[in-house]
Amino acid sequence: MSTGIGARVQRKEDKRYITGKGKYTDDVRNESQAYAAFVRSPHAHANVNGIDTSAAMAMDGVIDVLNGQQLTGDGIGNIICGWAITSKDGSPMNMGAWSALATSKVRYVGDAVAVVIAETQALARIAAEAVEVDYEVLPAVAASDKALAGGAALIHDNAPGNLIYDWEIGDGAATDAALAGAAHVTELAVTNNRLSPNAMEPRAAVATFDECDDHYTLYTTSQNPHVARLVLSAFYQVAPENKLRVIAPDVGGGFGSKIFIYPEEITCLWASMKTNRSVKWTSDRSEAFITDAHGRDHITTAKMGFDAAGKIVGFKVDTIANFGAYMSLFSSSVPTYLYATLLSGQYNIENIHCNVRAAYTNTVPVDAYRGAGRPEACFLVERMMETAAREMGKDPTDLRRANFVQEFPHQTPVIMAYDAGDFGANLDQAMAAADVAGFAARKAESAGRGKLRGLGYSSYIEACGIAPSAAVGSLGAGVGLWESAEVRVNPVGTIEVLTGSHSHGQGHETTFAQIVAERFDLPLENVSIVHGDTDKVQFGMGTYGSRSGAVGMSAIVKAMDKVEAKVRKIAAHVLEASEDDIVIEGGQVKVAGTDKAMGWHEVGLSAYTAHNLPPDMEPGLKEGAFYDPANFTFPAGTYICEVEVDPETGVTDIVQFTASDDFGTIINPNIVEGQVHGGIAQGIGQAMLEQVVYDDDAQLVTGSYMDYAMPRASDVPSFSVHHASTTCPNNPLGMKGCGEAGAIGSPPAVINAITDAIGSNDLAMPATPQAVWNAIQAAK
Amino acid sequence: MTPKDLPHLPPSEPAFAGFRGTAAPCLTLTVNGREHSVVADPTDRLSLVLRDCLGLAGLKQGCLEGECGACTVLVDGEPVNSCLILVFQVQGRSITTVEGLEAPDGTLSPLQKAFVEHGAVQCGYCTPGMVMAAQGLLNRNPSPDEREIRHALGGNLCRCTGFQGIVDAILSQAAQ
Repeated sequence: MSTGIGARVQRKEDKRYITGKGKYTDDVRNESQAYAAFVRSPHAHANVNGIDTSAAMAMDGVIDVLNGQQLTGDGIGNIICGWAITSKDGSPMNMGAWSALATSKVRYVGDAVAVVIAETQALARIAAEAVEVDYEVLPAVAASDKALAGGAALIHDNAPGNLIYDWEIGDGAATDAALAGAAHVTELAVTNNRLSPNAMEPRAAVATFDECDDHYTLYTTSQNPHVARLVLSAFYQVAPENKLRVIAPDVGGGFGSKIFIYPEEITCLWASMKTNRSVKWTSDRSEAFITDAHGRDHITTAKMGFDAAGKIVGFKVDTIANFGAYMSLFSSSVPTYLYATLLSGQYNIENIHCNVRAAYTNTVPVDAYRGAGRPEACFLVERMMETAAREMGKDPTDLRRANFVQEFPHQTPVIMAYDAGDFGANLDQAMAAADVAGFAARKAESAGRGKLRGLGYSSYIEACGIAPSAAVGSLGAGVGLWESAEVRVNPVGTIEVLTGSHSHGQGHETTFAQIVAERFDLPLENVSIVHGDTDKVQFGMGTYGSRSGAVGMSAIVKAMDKVEAKVRKIAAHVLEASEDDIVIEGGQVKVAGTDKAMGWHEVGLSAYTAHNLPPDMEPGLKEGAFYDPANFTFPAGTYICEVEVDPETGVTDIVQFTASDDFGTIINPNIVEGQVHGGIAQGIGQAMLEQVVYDDDAQLVTGSYMDYAMPRASDVPSFSVHHASTTCPNNPLGMKGCGEAGAIGSPPAVINAITDAIGSNDLAMPATPQAVWNAIQAAK
Repeated sequence: MTPKDLPHLPPSEPAFAGFRGTAAPCLTLTVNGREHSVVADPTDRLSLVLRDCLGLAGLKQGCLEGECGACTVLVDGEPVNSCLILVFQVQGRSITTVEGLEAPDGTLSPLQKAFVEHGAVQCGYCTPGMVMAAQGLLNRNPSPDEREIRHALGGNLCRCTGFQGIVDAILSQAAQ
């Protein structure tokens, strides 16, 4: 059976997971393990006038109680935001200070003010309750529009009016003129609901300071251990990079929330030095709700203008983004370069203008969550297209087709240059698979049972593999967005690939091995993937933004190119042939057209014995590569959702969900389909179930699974997943990325379907039965 | 709240139970067909004792409130959230954890194989609980249909797979 590109290979990593032998951070326990518990603010906004730790310190089993004054006194730096955004008036963004342990003021419920280190987790938690903090409660604000309105509580002194930045993209005057001349203008106000990422594995950290070697080791739930080490070292000054090893072992899902470096990791490292003990912290679920960065939370108004033929002439967007109490690592880029740059959707739009104001509020910091800006853009564009079609009496697919970008490359007015795609092919395929032709009959059948049936479309586009590094640097990014790989051929011919990508559910140990096994025509089990440990792997950027295929695997290809070149040289030398005649197949390195051959393993052995190498060739057979893409990639597709609504109760069943995606080259269809399934389920969660709720005092109402509705098995259908691919011209394998498409494309399909069913367009996410029922009643 | 007001909290590390000033008793648990003597507070969570005293760390503690199902084990063949069971409650009962599914020689059970074959695993964190919930379903209903499977998984959250691979895996094991 083929194990190469396109083969449905079973995952190599699954045996350890299915037998319970995966090793996650919470499964790590060191000798004399000590435990951390954080003292967290119960108030959304308060001055801290004093912290009395004496009662806690006196308790049995308490090793130490540490606070923010000590932390800053030891030179631990403030938490940073890694992407600088410049306001339209030229001023820099207003970033307020964020200390891992708050010193004089707390700004959200959950803000940490102290940490207890104790012999057991339970003792640490009991002692944390005994820390007396003198809070002077201040007025608080949770909603971004209220935070920006005059008179709201000021959260950071250096951000007047709670405004972080006021940014724009596109030509405002030209867009206004286009809208003024439009035959039809559709206006829409949408809220993109605030979500909690809820990776099933809560965040955790185990930090150990080795006094003898002056060296730290941190096990942590990270999507990007090297970036974590860099930031911990260069910005927080915990330790120099060469004295800090970061290991992200098995990680139980991330969805963006484990990109960022949080106060807890910093504090555990510092506390391990202060106490000279290995310090472990594992978040409980309640802590996760109040500390893991939230996602989305946009308030948007928009106008789209059309000419008489239905061609889009202009798109004007005004968005407020809620950043929470502090600027998390990539927060600033999400509603700007990851959102506004995708507002052209799959459409040829000459004039686009978007204004974004980012606001501080007294809530959990908000940052990238599966899709990160692109779901917000897609939801707006696709709700707009459906709404406009209804207003103009056009078929929603006809309106989309009339505006599809047809020629590539295509430069949008909002930075992005689409490199390849066939949007019509995916719409056609999705419509055929969803049997759109039979919808009218199904709708009539539903009506016969007193049910309302609706069909909703979403033709999404997104951008993955943010690049090239020089371009993102010019836009304010503090990091490059390349990826690294090292391919090590051992003396016996087996191969280790050291990748800077990190797998936390994506199946890299399988797909990455597939491309290597195919390239050198070796058994899959001869290839091992090494990742997630800064002591083992060269610097890499990690996994997020659907980048590990298009960027991470491209780096492996570049390294394999170098390995192959050396293999050819060695074999040509040993077999006394021309390099051009060397063929690698079937575990052998052969001279084409002859019976001269040597085993693949013999080439490896030759490289390491170095008894008979070409003159001036270095021994050994391992090569590395750093790959910096020339452009983003642009996965795109069409999703069609069909729902049946009970008008008496508002209960909505998704009776069919069809996806047709263009992901470029697909390495392992099983894994890609799994990514799509999971992404769609998260999108359905956003559309129908999930909502982080704060009350007027900025207290979190949805702080447990009893209050925050996660999609469960009975909430989602089985999905019909298809592909109509074009090849990405900008990377060696032609890949585009598949990790986020489902979460990006599905929410508007669901809402378009429900609003189609109930005959009312006024429906916000999440479309709970109550919300749907209210919309039905309001439309009567 | 002061420490004195707190309800009796289970310790996270039974090895340190002595800090509470009382000697923990010895309990007998039958896990995966073997009897084990463990020194633990009778009111410790079963999930904690299995992980920390017996080293059966396959189950995960994803929420500690009985809502995510990552800690699911079988007690007398029925799936339970081991985070909500106190260890004294299961003395004399038969407990099966994910470590008890495979054959002694390491051969995966048919259900475990089906999980691998149908793409039911991504990050793997929910998997030990999910497969035990599925085994519990098959124990009492050898031929569930899709609706019954989705209902039976109601207590087990998965954020990665969208449940489709899991449902397909269990369906493949339903008796014809």
